[in-house]
Amino acid sequence: MTITVYIPQDTTAVSVGAERVATAFVQAALNAELSYTLVRSGSRGAFGLEPLIEIEVGAQGRLAFGPVSVDAVPSLVTSITEGEYERHSNYLGPVNTIPWLESQTRITFKRCGEGDPTDLANYCALGGYRGLERALTLSPQAIVEEIKVSGLRGRGGAAFPTGIKWQTVLDAHGEQKYIVCNADEGDSGTFADRLLMEADPYQLIEGMTISGLAVGATKGFIYLRSEYPRAQKMLERAIDVAMAEGYLGADLCGSGQRFELEVRMGAGSYICGEETALLNSLEGKRGVVRAKPPLPAIKGLFGKPTVVNNVLTLASVSSILADGGAEYARHGVDRSKGTMPLQLAGNIKNGGLIEVPFGVSLNKVINKWGGGTRSGRPVRAVQVGGPLGAYLSSDQLDVPLTYEALAELGGMLGHGGIVVFDDTVDMAKQAHFAMDFCAKESCGKCTPCRIGAVRGREVLDRVVDSTASSNDLILLRDLCETMEQASLCAMGGLTPLPVKSAMDNFPEDFGVTDNQYEVAV
Amino acid sequence: MAQSAAKHAASQGGLLPCLHEIQAELGYIPNEHLESIATAFSLSTAEVHGVVSFYHDFRTSPSARQSIQICCAEACQASGSRELEAGVADVLGVEFDETHPADNYRLERVYCLGNCACGPSVRINDEVYGRVELSSLRQLVAEAVQS
Ligand SMILES: Cc1cc2nc3c(=O)[nH]c(=O)nc-3n(C[C@H](O)[C@H](O)[C@H](O)COP(=O)(O)O)c2cc1C
Ligand code: SF4
Ligand code: FES
Repeated sequence: MTITVYIPQDTTAVSVGAERVATAFVQAALNAELSYTLVRSGSRGAFGLEPLIEIEVGAQGRLAFGPVSVDAVPSLVTSITEGEYERHSNYLGPVNTIPWLESQTRITFKRCGEGDPTDLANYCALGGYRGLERALTLSPQAIVEEIKVSGLRGRGGAAFPTGIKWQTVLDAHGEQKYIVCNADEGDSGTFADRLLMEADPYQLIEGMTISGLAVGATKGFIYLRSEYPRAQKMLERAIDVAMAEGYLGADLCGSGQRFELEVRMGAGSYICGEETALLNSLEGKRGVVRAKPPLPAIKGLFGKPTVVNNVLTLASVSSILADGGAEYARHGVDRSKGTMPLQLAGNIKNGGLIEVPFGVSLNKVINKWGGGTRSGRPVRAVQVGGPLGAYLSSDQLDVPLTYEALAELGGMLGHGGIVVFDDTVDMAKQAHFAMDFCAKESCGKCTPCRIGAVRGREVLDRVVDSTASSNDLILLRDLCETMEQASLCAMGGLTPLPVKSAMDNFPEDFGVTDNQYEVAV
Repeated sequence: MAQSAAKHAASQGGLLPCLHEIQAELGYIPNEHLESIATAFSLSTAEVHGVVSFYHDFRTSPSARQSIQICCAEACQASGSRELEAGVADVLGVEFDETHPADNYRLERVYCLGNCACGPSVRINDEVYGRVELSSLRQLVAEAVQS
């Protein structure tokens, strides 16, 4: 009987020991004279269970074990040779019955963890490249219509309707157009782009190729942050294979259509995730934000019409084309269509990637999937939507996770990061960090952000040192208002969001009594 | 050097890839190379300097043999990185943004390694480690120094 063993090579899986577990497995299997095939897969994103090992014996489905430590490997090998899987202490049952995974709606992440990420035949066997095949039979306008029907909105943060963006680029005149994938994923608490690039890189490549056909672009760039060396290797290998197999290059699947793709590395700059700063960086310049208009869709990379989309937006395109826009739009609520890959992080027991239809409550995500805090202490604050997102308090957790509901609370969903803090957090320090981060990462183009963040940090220095007066808080609110109203981009414009939400929802951490707080407002 | 610069100058937006290549080769971007890079890209030396200085990754002085980066962003703060950040100098005997005199590694802060569900996260060269505490950090660094 053939035995296949799957051990992830994902960054997070490896960060908690998957590489050492794989080495131990090879050794223990050698000792036990076990014959098997080892596949280094991507991760399914159930990071609370990593290192998660899957064993497939014959035609039987995959059985899961996790979290497996190096010490547990010899007994795992014994349970394989003896066929007594259930008795192993890490046994989780068939992988598709693990509640953490089974209760999700996986569309974009359905293939993640299924096999060797760069195995193209496996990608195709799991439904990959059906979207491109269909796109090759459609007119550019028909592809764009399909995206419009899906209701897909950008997953990078701003949630702009993707179909409308593509229509603008399609309608723009120009010999040369570009597709740029924003893989800068700078938001703390987010890792969905990384997980996808490391586990299912062809899906992104396919989505970008379809995007190229839709708007008439023959060249694409993936701008990848330098903090992601594993994703870089995976993407470069996948691009090489796709080139060799005719899924990229001068003659896509024999259609005569062309699309080429290149990975370009960032160099450690948060602001380069902002699309116009990213374009400057791709052009080899300082990553300074450009004034809009002109929109990148009209005058983007090297001044040409350019689609800039997030990794998850582009990856979603392949299943939208394969199964139809209407099928995708069946999921979700209101104007939040489809599924949202949430990323549960911070002080959480079972963190990881949770792809669910829009509208699930934050509470459910933290408690049902997350299992509460890792420290076992009560949840006090939750930051949703990255470093520029609001800090919610524990009595706001009923909020359904949609773009609209979070906006109503004065927050944002952004790229879907959810960072949980327990009751040991000092919210004045978190507000201080937000200003400090903005001061460090500001591109420097406009004064409210460049100077405002430094002044804001100075005020918060005093708050953290308990030397602030209530006038300081008035000053801080003034600064926030100026930054919100007069900044050129969302870096300066949204940094006040975490700061003000921390002040509003946790006034007791700012060293002023309620009375003074009223004055400060 | 000149060849590499010429190769990258021929590709669109090749300056960042060129700087990355030089840094990978030499460990930093020596000031005396800025002029020849500028010539290859038809830029002024000041412009190239402007690009080099904008990005956190690029260094203009010789660097250490290895790099240790502690993630200090929010998700890691929530899971204990503030304690790591406060205690690491004592444990390792080197301050942030400095090179350990004997062991030749540089200690830096980083803001998110995409490992946020299993923080606090630390990157040593190209490997990321999760759920790191001060005691395990000491061990990881000792192993890296020996390798
Ligand atoms: C400060 C700042 C940082 C950003 N970082 C990212 C990022 O890391 N990844 C991303 O996809 N979008 C990021 N964005 C949003 C982009 O500007 C842009 O809206 C997005 O790439 C468009 O793609 P989408 O429509 O598919 O979301 C950032 C925006 C700002 C203002
Ligand atoms: S708000 Fe900040 S980051 Fe944005 S353009 Fe102004 S200075 Fe640059
Ligand atoms: S915040 Fe530390 S790895 Fe993301």
